Amino acid sequence: MNLTLKIWRQAGPKAKGEMVTYQVTDISPDMSFLEMLDVLNEDLNAKGEEPIAFDSDCREGICGMCGLMISGKAHGPEVTTTCQLHMRSFHDGDEITIEPWRADAFPVIKDLVVDRSAFDRLIQAGGFISVNTGAAPEAHSVPVPKPRADRAFDAAKCIGCGACVAACPNASAMLFLGAKVTHLGEFPQGQPERSARVVKMLTQHDLEGFGGCTNIGECTNACPKEIQQDVINQLNIDLRHALQQMT
Amino acid sequence: MTTTTPETTEIATGPIHGLYTEGDPVADTKAPDVPIAKMWDQRKFDAKLVNPSNRRKLSVIIVGTGLAGASAAATLGEAGYHVKSFCYQDSPRRAHSIAAQGGINAAKNYNDDGDSVYRLFYDTVKGGDYRSRETNVYRLAEESANIIDQCVAQGVPFAREYGGLLDNRSFGGVQVARTFYAAGQTGQQLLIGAYQAMERQVGAGTVEQFTRHEMLEVIVVEGRARGIIARDMVTGEIETHLADAVVLASGGYGNVFYLSTNAMGCNTTAIWRAHRKGAYFGNPCYTQIHPTCIPVAGDYQSKLTLMSESLRNDGRIWVPKRREDCDKDPREIPEEDRDYYLERIYPSFGNLVPRDIASRQAKYVCDEGRGVGPLVGDFRRGVYLDFSEALSRMSKEAVAEKYGNLFDMYQRITGESPYEVPMRIYPAVHYTMGGLWVDYDLETTIPGLYAAGEANFSDHGANRLGASSLMQCLADGYFVLPNTIRDYLANGPFPKVSEDAPEVVEARAAVEDRITRLLNVQGERSVDSFHKELGQIMWEYCGMERTEEGLLKAIDLIRALREEYWRNVRVLGSADTLNQSLEKAGRVADFLELGELMCIDALHRRESCGGHFRAESQTEDGEALRHDDEFAYVAAWEFAGEGAKPVLHKEDLVYKAIELKQRSYK
Repeated sequence: MNLTLKIWRQAGPKAKGEMVTYQVTDISPDMSFLEMLDVLNEDLNAKGEEPIAFDSDCREGICGMCGLMISGKAHGPEVTTTCQLHMRSFHDGDEITIEPWRADAFPVIKDLVVDRSAFDRLIQAGGFISVNTGAAPEAHSVPVPKPRADRAFDAAKCIGCGACVAACPNASAMLFLGAKVTHLGEFPQGQPERSARVVKMLTQHDLEGFGGCTNIGECTNACPKEIQQDVINQLNIDLRHALQQMT
Repeated sequence: MTTTTPETTEIATGPIHGLYTEGDPVADTKAPDVPIAKMWDQRKFDAKLVNPSNRRKLSVIIVGTGLAGASAAATLGEAGYHVKSFCYQDSPRRAHSIAAQGGINAAKNYNDDGDSVYRLFYDTVKGGDYRSRETNVYRLAEESANIIDQCVAQGVPFAREYGGLLDNRSFGGVQVARTFYAAGQTGQQLLIGAYQAMERQVGAGTVEQFTRHEMLEVIVVEGRARGIIARDMVTGEIETHLADAVVLASGGYGNVFYLSTNAMGCNTTAIWRAHRKGAYFGNPCYTQIHPTCIPVAGDYQSKLTLMSESLRNDGRIWVPKRREDCDKDPREIPEEDRDYYLERIYPSFGNLVPRDIASRQAKYVCDEGRGVGPLVGDFRRGVYLDFSEALSRMSKEAVAEKYGNLFDMYQRITGESPYEVPMRIYPAVHYTMGGLWVDYDLETTIPGLYAAGEANFSDHGANRLGASSLMQCLADGYFVLPNTIRDYLANGPFPKVSEDAPEVVEARAAVEDRITRLLNVQGERSVDSFHKELGQIMWEYCGMERTEEGLLKAIDLIRALREEYWRNVRVLGSADTLNQSLEKAGRVADFLELGELMCIDALHRRESCGGHFRAESQTEDGEALRHDDEFAYVAAWEFAGEGAKPVLHKEDLVYKAIELKQRSYK
């Protein structure tokens, strides 16, 4: 198939960016979206134009490195990561716009590449259970009811791609935050720091410039791992408990 | 003649083609001379201690943030050392350990099915086809149980039973259930655990994190590793980082084949640069090729995706008997025209033959022109994995319960439903058992330079068993390295190295010069086109089946390609911004050197073992035939200089606890 691509080009963090139009031809429906961009980049390289910068690594939907706004949707039209989106989801003659994640907390580095280090800082603020290596008790000394373990796992599937932030009109990271708070809060091991965790992570969230949640659910719709909105409810519940303890 | 016909097992013992020279043997000197079950405790006792108040004066650089690197950074940070952690990704959590699906082995014996440290040790040595070092593997088995405790304490959401205790499953090559798992995302969950532990230390100030940084050179001063040269991939700045010790946990080099199940960025640069600086490279030719991956669909293909091996329990593998049927709808090919070749050749094991045999037989039928799927080049590279019999035997729901997520993943990538048409699969490069040679302490031949995880060669011999790589990475990072590196650090802090010391200036100049050279070639061909061509050479001649003739040809082809690379590659853009073409260019330049060493190693090892299959050395059943009298050693290669022949140092493998046997699957 033949496609028209309108792609955001920006030479550097402080440079002014613009949409640039490219034509690609003979695209196979079996290509992944990123392989289609690889083909375009090979063409650009052959013509002496600098290839388009975009992030990707595992290309099997688990590392969370890739992420593009494709015709206005985070990761494009399917519920999956950009790397697992395939060209059979498009039609011959389509015009596709491709932009980087848009959020104050995710500044553009170049073209389609953004800086998501804010997510690392959220984890540094409290997204862990404090246990030094060697200090762990025998694994079977603390049973965990299966429903709680399963809920923890569902929340822990988050890949940290940032689609939730990109999809949110308020650029809120509360789905990401809620997923971590829910994951660790479901375990007995996570209880001692549960209240401190939510307060510290939320404080950092606001410092990074992420917005507040308005419960419209764009985040969960965009999430390639289908993290559910109830983790944000959990975040609010934990916050309320924490604040009660503080007063 | 089909290639499954038994061949002679005669081994050529002639000249070595003048491709390498042989140096003195090498040996591990760190494992204490006590019975194997007491060895690790003894070593931990003997290894010198560092007073807690002195630890903050000691610094360690760790390159890579996968399971080995992140767990080592967290643990050394907790101990109070000053750690600098580097990764090329935008966050430590992206490292490719995250993609591991199946699980992690541990000798917990929770099922009381006869598992033990000794059994895990034995299975791993046997699975590695008796080409691993006994002492290291025993320690791995000993530490395995501690890993599970640590991960559970961190909140890793392993699968559990209704009683609230951990669930186990069994994996290939073993007869006990010792594999802990978190759905099909075990690697992800373990890595998030290690990442969170490491981020906690970043918050505490003991670990400094450098993301989007690529290590391009190791700094060796007065014979000791004292730091690295790294490029800030955002600003292009070349940075010097100095420390008392350096740990490379930078993963494997499967991307030398271009197409593999590795991530796009996985590369050999860190360990190859260290090799060029004096670290020996152990068994570079040992690669694992996984039989069940989604086949190549076209020339544009950028990576391959693994489908869990468990599919072979219920799927039947076949190709058409006749070439002319290969482009037909498989559902229209009648039963009598199908060749269930594994069931035919191996009636007792059928579709469940070991990985290496399943992979090789798929290659043979495709070489005969009976492969299926799209034409890629002159061949169709795919075989059917058919669930129609399982679907009629079990019910669609039962099949979905077992394999639903894999079927969905397959459909997303190929657009075809395995419920309707047979899957197509083909082998793909998955893991490299070779890596930097290390001793019992995980120290390379450069004092102060350590290697952990897939980056070292130590534990898997010539073949890795499933669910063992996660175990090895976390054993290395959480428990082994922190206990051995202190023996070295206790001699420090070492004299301060100045940024204008000649060794530092030289390392930095070498990096800058190389970048300038790459940008100045301004040739006609893209980096990817060279990488693809290298991958084709490696896959054809140094892949599933290797021959003397093919390997010699590959070496000539690689040399010619490398020569062309440095006069005809085109790298656009500049050195002082984010430049992904430039990043790839440096990595491919190193792959072009490593590929040759892999072929030389494969050529010199005139036996078959594990994933290394020399067509000249097979049993009548077409299985790998080892020659323990000649080859029961680790090949540790020394870099002898640009254009010089590499030097082979042999480490004899001494088996005291386990008896050497020919692997058998009868």
